[in-house]
Amino acid sequence: MKILVPVSKVPDTTSKVAFTEGNTKFATDNVTYILNPTDEWYSLVRALEIVEKEGGSVTVIHQGEADSEQFIRKALAIGANDAVRIDAAATDGYNVALNIAEYAKDKGFDLVITGKETIDYNGFQIGGMIAEMLNVPYVSLASSLEVAGGKATVSRDIEGGKEIVEVSLPCVISAQKGMAEQRIPNMKGIMSARTKPLAVVPALTETLTSIKVYDLPAAKTAVKLIDPENMDELINLLHVEAKVI
Amino acid sequence: MSVIAYIESNNNRVKKTSLEAAYYAAQTAKLLGTEAIAVALGTHDAAELAALGQLGITKVLHDANARFDSFDSGAVCKAIATLAANSSVVVLSYNQNGKAIAPRVSVRMKAGLIPGATALPETNGDFVVSKNVFSGKAIAHYQIKTDKKVIAITPNSLQIVRGEGSAAVEAVSSGVSDADFVTVIKSEEKASGKIALTEAELVVSAGRGLKGPENWGMIEELANLMGAATACSRPVADVHWRPHEEHVGQTGFTIRPNLYIAVGISGAIQHLAGVNGSKTIVVVNTDPEAPFFKAADYGVVGDAFTVVPKLIESYKKFKASSH
Ligand SMILES: Cc1cc2nc3c(=O)[nH]c(=O)nc-3n(C[C@H](O)[C@H](O)[C@H](O)COP(=O)(O)OP(=O)(O)OC[C@H]3O[C@@H](n4cnc5c(N)ncnc54)[C@H](O)[C@@H]3O)c2cc1C
Repeated sequence: MKILVPVSKVPDTTSKVAFTEGNTKFATDNVTYILNPTDEWYSLVRALEIVEKEGGSVTVIHQGEADSEQFIRKALAIGANDAVRIDAAATDGYNVALNIAEYAKDKGFDLVITGKETIDYNGFQIGGMIAEMLNVPYVSLASSLEVAGGKATVSRDIEGGKEIVEVSLPCVISAQKGMAEQRIPNMKGIMSARTKPLAVVPALTETLTSIKVYDLPAAKTAVKLIDPENMDELINLLHVEAKVI
Repeated sequence: MSVIAYIESNNNRVKKTSLEAAYYAAQTAKLLGTEAIAVALGTHDAAELAALGQLGITKVLHDANARFDSFDSGAVCKAIATLAANSSVVVLSYNQNGKAIAPRVSVRMKAGLIPGATALPETNGDFVVSKNVFSGKAIAHYQIKTDKKVIAITPNSLQIVRGEGSAAVEAVSSGVSDADFVTVIKSEEKASGKIALTEAELVVSAGRGLKGPENWGMIEELANLMGAATACSRPVADVHWRPHEEHVGQTGFTIRPNLYIAVGISGAIQHLAGVNGSKTIVVVNTDPEAPFFKAADYGVVGDAFTVVPKLIESYKKFKASSH
């Protein structure tokens, strides 16, 4: 079983979100980056579990400049066998998918498992794009994944529930909560990550979208406190003022 | 070059998220001086499709091939791309299925995608669409650089307005063959009678402040009364007090209901990331310093175990008097 896991680096959720250059660039000063949680906790760990059972290897792939190597090394410390860095800053989702598909197309991967979204640009798009580029089945928002006999059995979210679907390998899956539990790298993992192979490949540059400008949401007005004895008033405000009931 | 809206039905009713897509497509068509055409695949009710005319759709292209009733992202993508061959914009909801379809359509049509639009496009000069980024902490205005465009809209981000009109429903073939359906659906589990969280307009949510799973009765009672969906914080789902389908936040679902009532939830930034798009937020918490009050419209500093039963009584009175 050969599995490819795209991983992204993202600002930690507690980072301050601010912009520079006339609100056209995300201000990276003082921002702490982390591996994208759905990639680190769900897709990567499930890929490792599958390979531990079935044999094979897990390759992580990341598009980013040289300063992202520490995040790639973390994925290797958690247990991936080798890594690829696409040597360019990530721009639009299409471009990242294009580069991953370009790398993957002739390598014989059985599975590509992405996280459902990154917590910075919240796109939910890379997996579906890679699937279309590689012309393989795609199952999104998966909370469980089993592989056997050349098929993947996946539990996928639908409105108000789930469905269990089966697709043939190779395929692309996007993973979310339920898929696996977070793994903390141990000392042995951290040591061995230093010497695991990390290939650097050049990037294609085509993009379809770009961000013109950012802005911040309107500030919330101060909370209106309601007497806990007077829930009639809360209901009345929700009806008359907020008009939501 | 028309604008296409992709329509889904559930139990023969057009989904609310698809009504939003139809309305968005019609408004976009108006901005571009063209017509809005809907695409419907699989089983749909003809009268429901014709009623899309009230939202500004002029024509519905309906491929009634029943194979579409089992969802397959690749087959749907191919059908949309075929039927949208002469269209400039494809609009669909970024609901569960939309998240699987839209990225594929973007690649197949070489059309720039806005994954989660929250407002109508600006079409004077560059074609620009806004979308929430950094889990709702900022808004990015994206320019789509390609001639063809795919706009996937975040559920519940615009208010639809109905007018008069009826759309002509035309039976078509989308050129999809059996071989295009590669997904086998083995089973489906739907919590019956429950309101789907990601579609709900009203949500009642609770966290660790409720102390144990046995105390959720009052949360469910309030939700049932209001016709609301139930949600929870992550630790509550992690210890299996509640099913993980209820977990909202950065690592769970993102929702934007009209009303979010949070009971015994502290309001950690990772939780807010999933709910801060809600139009009105009510927080019930014993701790006046709980961070959630900063994100709330209405706050009740009090004990859930006395406040929620009172809220239930008040809501019952309100319901009785409004009928
Ligand atoms: C990377 C990462 C991702 C995360 N993702 C998520 C996510 O997606 N969703 C999420 O929810 N969390 C997430 N978290 C966890 C998050 O940081 C918080 O720990 C969590 O949201 C807290 O849950 P809680 O509010 O239910 O519990 P607590 O923080 O324990 O808060 C309980 C609250 O209940 C109040 N309370 C106690 N008793 C009563 C009573 N009788 N009546 C009324 N109020 C009462 C308390 O004052 C307190 O404010 C994530 C954390 C990390 C690090």
